[in-house]
Amino acid sequence: MRYIPNSPEERKEMLEAIGLKSAEDLFDSIPQDLLLKRALNTPAALSEIELLSRFERMGRRNAAARRPSFLGGGAYAHYIPTIVDHILSRSEFFTAYTPYQPEISQGTLQTIFEFQTLVCQLTGMDLANASMYDGSTGLAEAVLMAERVTRRSKVIASSAVHPQYLEVVKTYVQHAGIDLELAAFDNDTGQSAAGLANAVDDQTAAIVVQSPNFFGCVEDVAALAEAAHAKGALLVVCLTEAMSLGLLKSPGACGADIVVAEGQSFGVPLSFGGPYVGLFATRDKYARQIPGRLVGEAYDKHGRRGFVLTLATREQHIRREKATSNICTNEGLIALAATVYLETMGRRGIQEVAHQCLQKAAYAARRIASIKGFSLPFSGPRFNEFVVRGPLDAGELLARLGKDKSIEGGIPLWRYFSDRPNDFLVCVTEINSRAEIDALVEGLSEVSNR
Amino acid sequence: MSDGITKVTSHISPNEQLIFERSQQGRIGYRLPALDVEESPVNDLLPPHFQRDDDLEGMPEVSEVDVIRHFVRMSTWNYSIDLGMYPLGSCTMKYNSRLNERVARIPDFANVHPMTEEQDSQGALQVIYELEQHLAEITGLPGVSLQPAAGAHGEMTGIMIIRAFLDARDGEAASGRRTMLIPDSAHGTNPASAHLSGFSVKTIRSTSEGLTDLEHLRELCAHGEVAGLMLTNPNTLGLFERNIKQICDIVHEAGGLVYMDGANMNALVGIARPGDMGVDVIHLNLHKTFSTPHGGGGPGSGPCCCTKELEPFLPVPRIVKTDWSAGEPTFRLDYDRPKSIGRVKAFFGNYGMMLRALSYILTHGNDGLREATEAAVLNARYIADGLTSDYDKPFNSPPMHEVVFTDKRQSRKGVHTLDIAKRLIDYGFHPMTIYFPLIVQGAMLIEPTESVGRQELDQFIAAMRSIANEALEDPELVLNAPHSTRVGRLDEAAAARKPVLRWQK
Repeated sequence: MRYIPNSPEERKEMLEAIGLKSAEDLFDSIPQDLLLKRALNTPAALSEIELLSRFERMGRRNAAARRPSFLGGGAYAHYIPTIVDHILSRSEFFTAYTPYQPEISQGTLQTIFEFQTLVCQLTGMDLANASMYDGSTGLAEAVLMAERVTRRSKVIASSAVHPQYLEVVKTYVQHAGIDLELAAFDNDTGQSAAGLANAVDDQTAAIVVQSPNFFGCVEDVAALAEAAHAKGALLVVCLTEAMSLGLLKSPGACGADIVVAEGQSFGVPLSFGGPYVGLFATRDKYARQIPGRLVGEAYDKHGRRGFVLTLATREQHIRREKATSNICTNEGLIALAATVYLETMGRRGIQEVAHQCLQKAAYAARRIASIKGFSLPFSGPRFNEFVVRGPLDAGELLARLGKDKSIEGGIPLWRYFSDRPNDFLVCVTEINSRAEIDALVEGLSEVSNR
Repeated sequence: MSDGITKVTSHISPNEQLIFERSQQGRIGYRLPALDVEESPVNDLLPPHFQRDDDLEGMPEVSEVDVIRHFVRMSTWNYSIDLGMYPLGSCTMKYNSRLNERVARIPDFANVHPMTEEQDSQGALQVIYELEQHLAEITGLPGVSLQPAAGAHGEMTGIMIIRAFLDARDGEAASGRRTMLIPDSAHGTNPASAHLSGFSVKTIRSTSEGLTDLEHLRELCAHGEVAGLMLTNPNTLGLFERNIKQICDIVHEAGGLVYMDGANMNALVGIARPGDMGVDVIHLNLHKTFSTPHGGGGPGSGPCCCTKELEPFLPVPRIVKTDWSAGEPTFRLDYDRPKSIGRVKAFFGNYGMMLRALSYILTHGNDGLREATEAAVLNARYIADGLTSDYDKPFNSPPMHEVVFTDKRQSRKGVHTLDIAKRLIDYGFHPMTIYFPLIVQGAMLIEPTESVGRQELDQFIAAMRSIANEALEDPELVLNAPHSTRVGRLDEAAAARKPVLRWQK
């Protein structure tokens, strides 16, 4: 095997050097009846040439990969500057472990410190951790944290939070004694702030809102912060499209207590849903309740600045069952991708991407709404996603669009909202050209007319 | 430093400020195509009170060249597997093949959106299905979910599956069965994951041989409240729990289930299978055993594998094979699993890691997987043999893929495990895992993996012996190490007292 440096001869010599006769002797401590006395029934080794052609063949079965796409719903196709992957591909970053030895991990540690700072700047919060697995698990951890902070057990979530995120939250809280209630969204605006504000009471640990929400509608976060705080509850704000932070008032400025976001939009490929990166930010006063790793500034005896993992007494390797979370490995390399992306695009680039998303989505929405038989069921303000109601079953409509026009036109909502068979979610970003948008409009018009 | 020991790197490179300190107003690192649609006034699209009013003050403004130099300079302050041996015990720092990286970047996979309809993402689903099949064969446990994003996440999933199974089996009576047994040598994630699933934890003692104390296990199992046992095998001392079958029997007879922490599967692949030992559910770490990169702390991937009996409880959706079309199998997503614990992550898990792990399995082939295990265990045994003369080895049994030593002899001169670890940096190696497992005072847990050749093992042994000698003859040299890095030992206590967790102007 070419990844094993020692040749069979060398291994034989090493066995002799430690007084063993054969490789079998290495496993003497395993009882005979537990040894697998046959070869594994997995395939025989492939060469590099064979392996690549096998994966390329499977890849060709992903028809969607090469099509113009308007899919969002928690994963977004944005432009990724070429240098992002070059920096990720440096051995020193991607083949390093968690920075437990700070003297030889300063590259990783300083990067995370910059990541934490960028997340604070974007979200308008005081501090951020070194990352969570993704937005959905980050949201679940935020709910658990709200319970710890308030010692209250009722959590009210908007039903316009990404349905898969809500499913993850349900899984996480099922044994935590947390009572999760859903507040309805408004059928006309697509927003849920009013329903949430009405549901909060003095037993409520937190209100959970997503903005822009699953339907792409921007919520009145500031009003919700006020409603939550009036009852002593926390406001948890979740974002699946972090790019909106380039344009929308930050959750911090609106009064949020915990902000979680999926960071995939910042330089991370779609890759069928992962690996992505969860952003998690909160207020200074909750620093010791935050889950996950934190990097802080430190100095050596000569006064040189460096960075270390800090406040570890919250974490599982010290606190064990009393830890703020069981998370250990997080998404270090993807946090690096987000950091490189945000620094390359910079202040003005993030603003420009957000502006283009807003304008292109608005253009697409106008055009689609003008097609005969199509409408936009929600009136709330939007960033780069919106719900479309077509004249026939959305699954059928989009399947036709894929088959006949080779366009991935959107996400049908029936799986999550069975009362909306004709509705689908359309997302437009800076990478969708006007020609693509026009082709989508023409395609929808044509395939709905058959 | 002794003759013949060559340093791999000096760790010294230019200073590099934080990007925020380098930022200059007006610098630009990107260019987008001009907006090609009619522009509407922003206020018409978005009410002004929903808009940002801070102009993203403080975010960096730098050129592309600035960014490249910034990260390349910082990268030189990192140690990495590609520089040399990285013998962190329990972490399995093996070679991260470039071929796997290439596979993960194939555009037909990298550009697939996770909400794509099944018929347009058959290749992506096929990868998940095939990897699940291979992991089922490797572990001897037929039910597999790849949804968990890391080891601790897989643990949580596994323990929630146990909980759901017991609740379904025992109904109301299950509420009396809420104790999870965990050995005192376990990873900290084990009790944290048990807690998340609503279990309280009882600790099992280890014997003086470093194995689970069967008597204590029997005693703890006698009272009927045991939901299960979480066991790492080989355990965190690098020793195979040779009574594993008996252990599983005791727990099963008491009505509980056995969860195995698969962090140490690099000692077993192709040699022995947890399913054959009586284990009910296990998590694997694709970022350990199956060589996906650790990336400076993730992404990981923590598949959960279980018995047929537990399969209905795995997270949704499941990927099922339905039929054949044009000579290829077809796959669909199955959401109709009423017993499932639910979803543990949006979408399908850390998919990019699955591509790499499948590539690893296919590149090795079945004989190569076994060969890797043999080479990994041989390397650990070779180190165990080479260091016994100079360091205290607390357990006599031959280790598997990792070996634990202590600072007992060196501490007589005031030199402790931390100092030995820091001095090892000066010899060009990444230190081993230190002070874990917690039950061994001054533990040094060394896992070389199969990715280290004999010369480097000899260099490592020589470096460790040289440090043992320095501890006797010149302890100050060791106590003040490292001497070759960009920064010296950092004051972590001060950092935690007044934490500075972000840059501010």
